[in-house]
Amino acid sequence: MAKVVIENLSKYFDRVEAVKNFELEIDDKEFVVLVGPSGCGKSTTLRCVAGLEEMTAGEIHIGDQMVNDLPPRDRNIAMVFQDYALYPHMSVYQNMAFGLKLRKYAKAEINQRVREAAEILGIEELLNRKPRELSGGQRQRVAVGRAIVRKPSVFLFDEPLSNLDAKLRVQMRAELSKLHQQLQTTIIYVTHDQVEAMTMGTKIVIMKDGEIQQVGTPMEVYEYPVNLFVGGFIGSPAMNFIPAKIISKDSELSVDAGSFELVIPSEKEQYLQGKINEEVIFGIRPEDMQDKSFAEKSIQGGSIQAVVEVVEPLGSEVQLFVISGEHSLVARVDPRTQARLSEGIKLVLNMDKIHIFEKEPPHFRVKTEERP
Amino acid sequence: MTGKVGRRLSRSLLHIVIISICLMWTLPSFGLLANSFRSRRDIVATGWWMALKTPFAFTVENYMDVLTGQSHYGEEKAPDKSRSILGDIITGQGIGRAFLNSLIISIPSTLIPVVIASFAAYALAWMRFPGRDLLLIIVVGLLVVPLQMTLIPILRLYKGLHLAGTFLGVWLAHTAYGLPYAIYLLRNFFKALPQDLFESASLDGASQFVVFYRIVVPLSIPSIASLAIFQFLWVWNDLLVALIYLGGTRDVAPLTMHISSMMSSLGENWHLLPAGAFISMMLPLIIFSILQPYFVRGILAGSLKG
Repeated sequence: MAKVVIENLSKYFDRVEAVKNFELEIDDKEFVVLVGPSGCGKSTTLRCVAGLEEMTAGEIHIGDQMVNDLPPRDRNIAMVFQDYALYPHMSVYQNMAFGLKLRKYAKAEINQRVREAAEILGIEELLNRKPRELSGGQRQRVAVGRAIVRKPSVFLFDEPLSNLDAKLRVQMRAELSKLHQQLQTTIIYVTHDQVEAMTMGTKIVIMKDGEIQQVGTPMEVYEYPVNLFVGGFIGSPAMNFIPAKIISKDSELSVDAGSFELVIPSEKEQYLQGKINEEVIFGIRPEDMQDKSFAEKSIQGGSIQAVVEVVEPLGSEVQLFVISGEHSLVARVDPRTQARLSEGIKLVLNMDKIHIFEKEPPHFRVKTEERP
Repeated sequence: MTGKVGRRLSRSLLHIVIISICLMWTLPSFGLLANSFRSRRDIVATGWWMALKTPFAFTVENYMDVLTGQSHYGEEKAPDKSRSILGDIITGQGIGRAFLNSLIISIPSTLIPVVIASFAAYALAWMRFPGRDLLLIIVVGLLVVPLQMTLIPILRLYKGLHLAGTFLGVWLAHTAYGLPYAIYLLRNFFKALPQDLFESASLDGASQFVVFYRIVVPLSIPSIASLAIFQFLWVWNDLLVALIYLGGTRDVAPLTMHISSMMSSLGENWHLLPAGAFISMMLPLIIFSILQPYFVRGILAGSLKG
């Protein structure tokens, strides 16, 4: 139950800059997910908040308190580790009670809190077992339980689901979201999996090379990625990127990708006037490319001709890997599609959902719409 | 099908090799054991394997002699009814005093270095302080210093401190000789514990000392136990250190000294050595079989993924 403010956090390992000028305000009860590829500094940031890592510069406030100089145990936080870090020689009960015992809580209070947490997590019947007698999912629950009993003001999760199998991961994802509702506590969650970030976070922080790329709600970062990296990182399969040029033709603006030209909707034109005849990177998400025969009539957009390379039926949709001219593209189309290997297909692109990125690094996205 | 047969064949081959190595390794001890039950005349005349020939002629006299310090050979003397065997063992010429001395030397000489090494190893493995790595290098470097080099300087030091000839002096000497290896061994074991555990504990509110005795020690019982056994065996079997720092007087001499002096003082009595050796082996054997389960139990299983 606390706000967390991170000001200008930097962390060096010798000469290597792991985190640079990290600025973030986390509101009370928010579920913030730090996401990025491995080595982007997300775990280091979390460990600085936990106090496990000394920061090189910056300030961290938890609640009303500056915690820079507080040891981990006085920061009123609890952390769940990727490898669970259960004490192997203690029973589940002792594992959960350990932190409370060290803080000299009364026996009855400890007992009550442990049972409460066990009930929330559905692990009451495991309390007398040792960690080695538990399955991966159960250990994960115990690790979460150990954090819950402390009733900390901030929960820190360091890639807690990456050791679970796919099915269990989906289940635990939902459980953690539910838990957040129930506990009404601030959560900072680190993951490299953008699906976890999208599904669980109320706010997503996307990092790369130690720097924040974008902060926003899941839908914000999905619909309006600030740059090429975010556009490519969020969403699966990743957004298609096509080197192209903005051209003006017959009083209309188009995207010229060499093998095809697509007319830009008129309401976007005003934003792109300055980009005429400039090289850009044209981005479109796989689901915004549809098989023309089954596309909704309301989609306004141009169509392109392509050759199918791979067909991946997923049941509810079909993933197509196609080649159009020199560009390899991925489309997620209606399952009724008649697409055949090595045959041609007509795809319609939803031009309302296009992204235009600058050609020069860091490839900022060009604003092309009024945002709500 | 052929795979199964092949696997079975290679397995039995493996078993044969292992069993033969074990046999070769035990053979000398077995010979010693056989000899310890033979009479002096037999030992001098023939090899131990003759003991396996019928008719068996085993005797426990060697053991009696070693335990009581009496010689039953030579003169036919009437048994002395006023003296009990037990009395002879504990007092007088018997081995009891030496056994007790060995215990007095070995137990503190095992406990003190193991305790100190545990603390030091924890600090060297998990506490951050300047000069830690240098300290570790020095400790590892000490491993190569031959013990013999230290005998004279330390003995002179002991003379000055009036520690020569005292048990305390021997305890300190064994502690010092054992520490580099003990620290090095335990430090490596402690360092192998997953870092997450320490971080988790520090978040749970544990101080360094709590982490040490609530987490590190319980998880390292197998390694601490094996270290303790090594150290105990080394001290128990040691002759040199005891001889130098304690001197040879009866009231402080440990088993090793007692057994070796048995031969020289009684001249030809080397036939007693097999029995003496077996008596001195008894305690290590018992301790080893008691602590043996700790070696096999993988106590870390289940802490982390896997």
